[in-house]
Amino acid sequence: MISNTRAAGSLDLLRMMLTIRKAEERLASDFKAGLLPGPVHLYIGQEAVATGVCAGLDDRDWITSTHRGHGHFLAKGGDPKAMFAEIYGRSTGICGGFGGSMHVADVSKGILGANGIVGGGIALATGAALATQLDGENRVGVCFFGDGAAAQGVLGEALNVASLWKLPLILVCENNGFSEFSPSNNVIAGDIYRRAEPYGVPSVRIDGNDLDAVLDASRTALDRARNGGGGTLIEALTYRIHGHVEGEQAFLKTRYREDDEIERWRGEDPIERYARRLVDQGEMASGKFAEMEEDIGRMIKDAADCVADDPYPEIGNLERHRLGAE
Amino acid sequence: MMRKRMIHAINDALFEEMERDERVILIGEDVGASIFGDTRGLLDRFGPDRVRDTPISEAVMSGMAVGAAAAGYRVVCHLMYANFIYTAFDAIANQASRLRLMTNGQIRLPVVFMAAGGGGRSNAGQHSDYPHAPVASLGGVYVATPSCSADAKGLLKTAIRTDDPVFFLQPTSRGGEMGDIPEGDHTVPLVSAHVARQGDDVTIVAVGAMLRIAMRAADALAEEGVSVEIVDPRTSYPLDEDVILASVRKTGHLVVVDEARAAGSVANHISALVCEKAFSALRAPIIPVTTPDLAVAYSPPLEKAMIPGPEDVVAAVQRLIKETGQ
Repeated sequence: MISNTRAAGSLDLLRMMLTIRKAEERLASDFKAGLLPGPVHLYIGQEAVATGVCAGLDDRDWITSTHRGHGHFLAKGGDPKAMFAEIYGRSTGICGGFGGSMHVADVSKGILGANGIVGGGIALATGAALATQLDGENRVGVCFFGDGAAAQGVLGEALNVASLWKLPLILVCENNGFSEFSPSNNVIAGDIYRRAEPYGVPSVRIDGNDLDAVLDASRTALDRARNGGGGTLIEALTYRIHGHVEGEQAFLKTRYREDDEIERWRGEDPIERYARRLVDQGEMASGKFAEMEEDIGRMIKDAADCVADDPYPEIGNLERHRLGAE
Repeated sequence: MMRKRMIHAINDALFEEMERDERVILIGEDVGASIFGDTRGLLDRFGPDRVRDTPISEAVMSGMAVGAAAAGYRVVCHLMYANFIYTAFDAIANQASRLRLMTNGQIRLPVVFMAAGGGGRSNAGQHSDYPHAPVASLGGVYVATPSCSADAKGLLKTAIRTDDPVFFLQPTSRGGEMGDIPEGDHTVPLVSAHVARQGDDVTIVAVGAMLRIAMRAADALAEEGVSVEIVDPRTSYPLDEDVILASVRKTGHLVVVDEARAAGSVANHISALVCEKAFSALRAPIIPVTTPDLAVAYSPPLEKAMIPGPEDVVAAVQRLIKETGQ
């Protein structure tokens, strides 16, 4: 079995959640200031899911992600600087400025990429799981997708094939309550985790804002997948604190959710909950959190600042990706 | 030289490439049973790990091909009838055609989507399209359009060795046709048009199954004293422009014969190319001969009336000569 190289102590996990939070807050403020060339979809409030699942993954395990993919990229070991540079459209970006926010990828870290098509990563992760099965090295394919993607037919197709072939595939549905601008209660029928049952794929619904619950569920799923037991569907209940896309107030004429709902979920903040648990159980001194927050805030500020004025890509780079160019 | 049916030439190409490289895998519906005969015997020879019958699930099958290719395999994904590519189109259009660019070349995709297209068998409206234009329009996928046994074998072998996606579109109506194939490891480069018949008066560019139609028309026109040159593009994307333009510069006349519909077609693209780059050589308007802008009809006389035949090509050439005033 592969050791979990990123399997980390509780303070490291807290740091990772804070890293994602601070990066997303920086992007929110950059967007507001008009510094981003394109749209960004922020992960604020959902940090425990990426952090908990990726804690058990190795660089050689594959993930596919979503349009809301910065958290998965960072949790899987992606470099914050290269991510900021990509989102700023700079040549130093992880994809040379060719992909942007919705397509951050780092193959050397097993990140096959965020994906701008809702459900677009499901089949890709299934194929990556097939590849790892053929390799016989007990690696896995993990697909992060949202509740909106649970309405895509390809989910049923993937569950069918994962069951038939016992693929080492972990489907992680981050149920954040919204399918773009529609409350998912209006557009998604039934319980998402139960979609796996008729296919004979084990599934579980967890509190996705409880990092310990995410760690437990993903450990069980990973053990199963790495030992030939096949796939798992995890439905992690969480909440998207920001909108579908930054700046949406500018083009939406009506509201699709109430402020008190958002406030209620702020009370369930996964980072605060985990920090409180660590303090309560004596794993972290009570002053430590503020210090950590400040350190990480500074690290993210430095990472973003140092690439913000990097050069844009050369126009000639476009020719690199024509068919026939090597 | 050996003589083989096109379907057996394709079968040989698959055997040889799977023999040559153990990372070549084949997935698709009924690849074990093989309704066309092109995948026959592969399951017995290479086993169910490398030759997998999939469920009738084009969305996941085509996306898995992309995911497994990204994770290190050379994947041949058999879609059976070419119309089924429409069901598989997200993986091809949104993923395969652009992951190389979006990841700045971190992901290269050695994947071949193969399918049988075109009419002539009363397969009716949902099994008779020759959909090379929609794939050509993506820009990131090679489109191979073999017209004969030798090219079918040579193009497929090259496609499997290529690090970018290829759509290999074999003509349904020509699978049983015999043709000469060079002995040994016969490959054909992807962007290499072929002058299938030398002539002086008129150039006919004929795609895929239309090559034989053009040949028959050329025989009939020779009896009238018209010397026809026939160019087989062999890949309809990218086009080997030089060979097409050189022929038109020699003859001054162009007829394009394509089994696909006219709207948004490769035939129109070839016409536009010649207008742009060899306008001064033209001595008459370019005449496209295509299937009308309708779904292919079922009843044999209806279908025959729709798909270009030798008489349509002869009529086009005669009209063109009349317009030149020769």
